[in-house]
Amino acid sequence: MLKDIEHLIRLTLVMAIGLVLFVIVRAAVIPPSFGEYGHYRGDAIAEIAARPIAYAGHQVCESCHTEVVDQKRLGKHVVVACEACHGPLAKHAEDPASVTPPKLDTGVVCGRCHEANSAKPKTFPQVVTADHSGGVACDMCHQPHKPGIEASPPKLAEGKK
Amino acid sequence: MEITRRHLLVLLPAAAAAWKYVMAGTPESAPKYSLTEHWWGMLIDIPKCIGCGSCVRACAQENDVPDGYFRTWIERYHVADWKIEKPEVESPNGGKQGFPPNEESGGKNFFVPKLCNHCADSPCTQVCPVGATFVTPDGVVLVDKTYCLGCRYCVQACPYGCRFINPNSNTAEKCSLCYHRISKGLTTACCEVCPTGARQLADLKNPKDPIHEFLRTHTVQILKPHMATGSKVFYNGMDGSVR
Repeated sequence: MLKDIEHLIRLTLVMAIGLVLFVIVRAAVIPPSFGEYGHYRGDAIAEIAARPIAYAGHQVCESCHTEVVDQKRLGKHVVVACEACHGPLAKHAEDPASVTPPKLDTGVVCGRCHEANSAKPKTFPQVVTADHSGGVACDMCHQPHKPGIEASPPKLAEGKK
Repeated sequence: MEITRRHLLVLLPAAAAAWKYVMAGTPESAPKYSLTEHWWGMLIDIPKCIGCGSCVRACAQENDVPDGYFRTWIERYHVADWKIEKPEVESPNGGKQGFPPNEESGGKNFFVPKLCNHCADSPCTQVCPVGATFVTPDGVVLVDKTYCLGCRYCVQACPYGCRFINPNSNTAEKCSLCYHRISKGLTTACCEVCPTGARQLADLKNPKDPIHEFLRTHTVQILKPHMATGSKVFYNGMDGSVR
């Protein structure tokens, strides 16, 4: 009797071993956090969140550079975050002594926003730089932190470059 | 040693103090970020966009985006009079260095910043064969680059063209809504540097977020609503020609 179904028993054994092997291998290769939130590796969220930041955020800048905050408050650039012009400075915020931000070229930085373009909103202040200043650097007349022109532009009046 | 009443009286307060210390466990690290308390999106105010490219540059620097690839970019639309179905769209280097003066005269010109729409029912995550891309419980579409095979299904599936294959890692890449920033309580790099406030990060689960008032009082659209993607990037003042 048993001999008649011996081939079936053998087959069942092979299938059972195969199934056990499959389950073991599957458990070994699937990361433990897979399926924690859905069909993906749950740990990936924390890994992506752990990436270091490059832009410190204006609140961090303002905690030290209070004199600039006071100046900006008087002009229209109060809404512009520091790093919009100065670039990413999280490293400077961490170590202000050894990492210092580069000096900006107002000829480039100001034009990015204020160079005239018909696609810009009509209410946004724009100039054709060549006509407006004829090559004179913007910060000869405008203080970037407080761009409105005062009665006598300080730098011109003092005769400095 | 026999424990007398005197011993017990001395030991009990000491044990209570020790037990309190044990129960306190490890000190909690900062205010903890809870995945279930947020539902992220973004508001883009088209009439405020000046096409300066600050967002594109900031995104590239914050996220090490290779040159010639963009997680966010700006398009300039030119719509000639009534030709609303055939807008001329250009995006030189993603608008990273701004835009040259318009050559066309007349018609209508405006900028449209684009980025991943962080769809609630995103087509890109549905096609991933290995579970390398997903919508987090707080509504951000992310890529697990250690799991991604680089099969490009998701690149094809995104109706907004927001994905690309990073040539260095050969894995899919896209806007992460600066997940490493927003989970620390910061705003995204693009929103941080936008000089006119044309881009604003929005937490739709936060009842105090100004987004709710804005959505209630403005004419707001999403891109390709007919695709039913559940897009969470809201465009204010968007022209009908925008694709």
